[in-house]
Amino acid sequence: MTKLTPPLSEGDIRRLRAGDLVTITGRIVTARDKAHVRITKGRKSPVGLRGGVIYHCGPLAKRTPKGWQILSAGPTTSARMDPMQVEFVKRTGVRALIGKGGVNEEIAGQLAKLGCVYLAFTGGAGVIAARAIEKIEKILWEDLGPAEAIWVLRVRNFGPLVVAVDTRGNNLYLREKR
Amino acid sequence: MLKKADFRDVVVEMLRRAETNLPDDVLRVLRRSGKRERSPIAKLHFELMMKNLELAKKFWAPICQDTGTFTFFVQFGRGLKLNFDLEKTIGEAVALATREVPLRPSVVDPITRKPAKPNTGRGQPAVHIELVGGKRLQVDLLVKGAGTENWGRLFMLRPVEGPRAIERAVLLTLTEAWGRPCPPTVVGVGVGGSMETAPLLAKRALLRPLDRQNPDPTLAKLERQIERAANRTGIGPMGLGGETTVLRVLIERAVCHAASLPVAIALQCWPARRAKAKLVGGRLKVVEP
Repeated sequence: MTKLTPPLSEGDIRRLRAGDLVTITGRIVTARDKAHVRITKGRKSPVGLRGGVIYHCGPLAKRTPKGWQILSAGPTTSARMDPMQVEFVKRTGVRALIGKGGVNEEIAGQLAKLGCVYLAFTGGAGVIAARAIEKIEKILWEDLGPAEAIWVLRVRNFGPLVVAVDTRGNNLYLREKR
Repeated sequence: MLKKADFRDVVVEMLRRAETNLPDDVLRVLRRSGKRERSPIAKLHFELMMKNLELAKKFWAPICQDTGTFTFFVQFGRGLKLNFDLEKTIGEAVALATREVPLRPSVVDPITRKPAKPNTGRGQPAVHIELVGGKRLQVDLLVKGAGTENWGRLFMLRPVEGPRAIERAVLLTLTEAWGRPCPPTVVGVGVGGSMETAPLLAKRALLRPLDRQNPDPTLAKLERQIERAANRTGIGPMGLGGETTVLRVLIERAVCHAASLPVAIALQCWPARRAKAKLVGGRLKVVEP
């Protein structure tokens, strides 16, 4: 099990191989459809993402007197962001995407060139994810609604995640199809 | 006489339990399937799935952040008296559960994409009322996240192609979806009827317990055959390879036009969330999960 602590360098990422297991300790940032649209249309990300980790997730949160509490926060289907994925990585400089279901083969190839891996998390594992969140650092673009907003999260031992697409162009989702 | 407040509270309780617990039959089939896996990644997924279920139950937290949309199937006895609007009350219960459980506000207008009132609006929740004999009352709830709902398919097949075409339609649906609907999935198949009733049959099929055989021997055989073929695809848990691509295939049938063979496929993710309430000693009670 490899422990990743963002910000990540290109070297950190190029060392990973499809099938490796990793956990993340540090900052991860959620983004779903609408945040991807904004950023790929030219809006600057309200949080620094160079070397960062994007989490495809629309959390379920509850407002408490002490602020928001995340109850369930598993991964969402990454494929919805496919048309924007490459542009998003180019503009932001993120080094890892966490999601479920994978990205298509063409995008996997582009991610490899850009030096960005795809980390698969178990879909439906919402409570495991929520309990790995130590702190909600910021909620940005709240006008998009709680599920589409950007949540800047500090996590500890988030995972385990499976390296499903590595920078050599290996893609575990396609292994069985070939 | 059934009281509106009691009925609403039972529906809220159904939603709470469906989101935080799975029915016993689903748990049994998940455990059994997990034991068959050999690849470390498939095993890991099953471990995380089971651990997540334990945590969800312990903390009464929704299993998945996509608390989904809701379909209610109500069997309402003609002998019962009713002095409130059943559909409206179910809608109120969904709004209440959205605050109390809580559920994620996931429902939007299809054109403007603006959020609809707390998970309700025209057509949501979907309520199907069936009048039955006597004083029976049963409410079944199906919870579906978008991950699986997006991979539902309707095929209008050539009648001469027969049962093999049904199997092909399921395999096409599963291989196109691959890891995206959170496999291992439960596959509800509606065969026959028409282009509006086949999908409803597929959804109804998803209410059946996973470890009980279909009483219709023809369908029981076809279910087994399609299950074996689906698990041979190797898609596996979360699409990363393994023995279990489907937990179960459940088929329902209706007669259809001689020139048609409608086949609808509704996938359900591994957290196959549903709940059931029934009249027990004159009181409506949640009996599952």
